[in-house]
Amino acid sequence: MGTFHQGKSELHGITVVVDTTGPEIFVGRCDDEDDRGILLNDADVHRDGDGGRSKEEYLQRAAQLGVWKKYDRLLVPRDRIVSVRRLGEVA
Amino acid sequence: MPYSELLVRPMREELTSAGVKELRTPEEVDAFMNEKSGTALLVVNSVCGCAAGMARPGVRLALQGDRRPDRIATVFAGQDLEATAKARAYLPDIPPSSPSIAFFKDGELAWFMPRHRIEGRDAQTVAHDLMQVFAEHCAVPAI
Repeated sequence: MGTFHQGKSELHGITVVVDTTGPEIFVGRCDDEDDRGILLNDADVHRDGDGGRSKEEYLQRAAQLGVWKKYDRLLVPRDRIVSVRRLGEVA
Repeated sequence: MPYSELLVRPMREELTSAGVKELRTPEEVDAFMNEKSGTALLVVNSVCGCAAGMARPGVRLALQGDRRPDRIATVFAGQDLEATAKARAYLPDIPPSSPSIAFFKDGELAWFMPRHRIEGRDAQTVAHDLMQVFAEHCAVPAI
């Protein structure tokens, strides 16, 4: 069945984890990525230490059931991105 | 905004033709969810082929196995909005995602596969996970 999403990046439609140079880590469905950064739909952000949880602890919880979105759409600037990986690949 | 029903119909039929009951209204969802005994599978269908294109055939494959839930139903996210919202109300601790698959035993959520566990996988892998759940929780069919 077609996806209706031609012309987007390889990660389009995939739920990704975007770690940054700062305290924030983002989880959202990748819409597209380019030189400006990565555009996420239905995104959540966690700041290291919020709620007493590290980035990794937040990520482990997110990997089980997903995340509650805080933003409908969000651009994470390219120069702040350390890594991008699929949430489904987080053990 | 919902897609044209002409586009969506084959995606509905991919499940309904495998014996999955489609729930189009909140009342139908309530009737399905209020029957607590036994095992039940609820598939949150969606248009997006990035994941739903694997979820639907995965469910179809899994339902061909020896064991299957007593009741199997689906709602269509983005299309049947009220029915989907009602279904999600039965999963208050689970962040909404579509497609996704929930398995209930005696009215309690026993297992859940969110969208990100479907993305990038093939139908056989999705079916394998489902069949493991069925093997653990569903009764052996009577001969």
